[in-house]
Amino acid sequence: MSFENLYWGDIGAALAQTLAMVGGALLLTVLVGLPLGILLFLTGRQQLFQAPVAYGSLSFVLSIIRSVPFIILLIVLMPVTVLVTGTSLGIRGVIFPLVVGTAPFFARLVETALREVDRGIIEASLAMGASTTQTIFRAVLPEALPSLLAAITVTAIVLVDYTAMSGAIGGGGLGDLAIRYGYHRFQTEIMLVCVAILIVFVQLIQASGNRLVTHFSRK
Amino acid sequence: MIRLEGITKSFAGKEGAVVALDGIDLTIAKGEIFGIIGSSGAGKSTLVRLINLLERPTGGEVFVAGERVTDAKGERLRDLRRSIGMVFQHFNLLSARTVAGNVAYPLELTGQYGRVEIAERVAALLARVGLSEHAKKYPRQLSGGQKQRVGIARALASEPQVLLCDEATSALDPQTTGAVLDLLRQINRDLGVTIVLITHEMDVIRRTCDRVAVLDRGRVVEEGPVTDVFLHPRHAATLRLVREAEPDGGSLDAVAASDLGGRAVRLTFTGAAAHQPILGRIACENLVDYAILAGRVGHIRETPYAQFTVSLSGRDVAGAIAGLRASGVDVELQAGIPLPQLEERPRHVV
Repeated sequence: MSFENLYWGDIGAALAQTLAMVGGALLLTVLVGLPLGILLFLTGRQQLFQAPVAYGSLSFVLSIIRSVPFIILLIVLMPVTVLVTGTSLGIRGVIFPLVVGTAPFFARLVETALREVDRGIIEASLAMGASTTQTIFRAVLPEALPSLLAAITVTAIVLVDYTAMSGAIGGGGLGDLAIRYGYHRFQTEIMLVCVAILIVFVQLIQASGNRLVTHFSRK
Repeated sequence: MIRLEGITKSFAGKEGAVVALDGIDLTIAKGEIFGIIGSSGAGKSTLVRLINLLERPTGGEVFVAGERVTDAKGERLRDLRRSIGMVFQHFNLLSARTVAGNVAYPLELTGQYGRVEIAERVAALLARVGLSEHAKKYPRQLSGGQKQRVGIARALASEPQVLLCDEATSALDPQTTGAVLDLLRQINRDLGVTIVLITHEMDVIRRTCDRVAVLDRGRVVEEGPVTDVFLHPRHAATLRLVREAEPDGGSLDAVAASDLGGRAVRLTFTGAAAHQPILGRIACENLVDYAILAGRVGHIRETPYAQFTVSLSGRDVAGAIAGLRASGVDVELQAGIPLPQLEERPRHVV
């Protein structure tokens, strides 16, 4: 094993790809998952728009997606991915399955976070003449902000994990580099460097997530 | 101001419907402080939530300010709720907003006020409840009493005609309870806001309310001015609540009274009579001795009262009783003691 002939240029490019995939997919996951989570919360038992059938169906679909191992989801989704983004390769080809894979997970976390908001606060908001929309956007979501930030942090880390897996089907990024060089070409040192970078990356996400949660916690 | 007619409310339970309220008729006048008391499970929280329609009645009608609101929806419902402030047992403040932000919340909802106007009104409201220096703090930095003051300021922000207080002092210590009740009375006096106060403590009613309704298992079992209900409880549920506040409640059990030699009577002095030496004077005049068996002395809002159960013995007991009544004392003959020569007159002589 030698660390002298590392392809630092390749590693840098792979890191940039990972950052782009995690960043892009995280943004889209939040945009898709947050409304889904709010919908789950609202239609849940004894909530503002209690609707057992709607809740049950949505919950069922999300659970099915979550039951499929991500590596298999990647392969199953390939034709759809090509339809949506035009390619199943590279960053463009991987963001779509990443969002499909993590949005249901994030939606569940959002549902749990919103449920933890004191019911009394919702009641008080309604008693002051707030509409349901106002109650959600001005009371419930701000109250749940720390939990939502924690949920985004966890989801970002899951995305780092998933991007590595997507390397296996040509997604690029550090995971792809680690598999191609480290595994297929027996260049263990490249794998180690990639893993080390991923460890640092995940630690950074967690630490900054924790800081944000603390900053917005008023309880 | 508020009228409830034939209100029933049942909830779906595991074994069929559970009846929470069973035929409630109540009228609450403009500008009064109306208390609703009952032990837990009596249905009082459900009852107060019917007034701003956080709960919908199963049957019956709700009128607020002369208008039937039973099935108000949409903007009309939100307007109604803005005209009715609500204060909660557990404050229900927004933890993510500062004190000022909490009070501003109902004003922001309407979209009618500019930022400067909101700031001015919030400052005035915080001054009213004595929290001006705490405007920038977050609720978790406040004590329970301070949190409830924020709750009251917030409830007053939209200048409501009615203030609903759901166990507003039940989470507070006795001293803080007193201060919050004083604040509510002051608001009632200064702003003329009608206050509906829900509690399980008779003491809160005695110190604050003009009239009271006693709720027991979903029904109003007794209703009237606090002086009547508090000093002359008729229903077992009321008596129980009075005794929780004052263990001997000013009267003796019939059995205990009948063991005594004299004639047991319960005397109630209210207003000026409570401060005069009436009993001693009349005892002298009629050559009667008295033994005090039980008693309580205090105030109902500002009205002083004294209530004693005494055993009268001596020459002219009947004359003494007549004399007491003539002096404005309410005399009730205690059960189990025959006094054939005297018909018991209607109560509430004062």
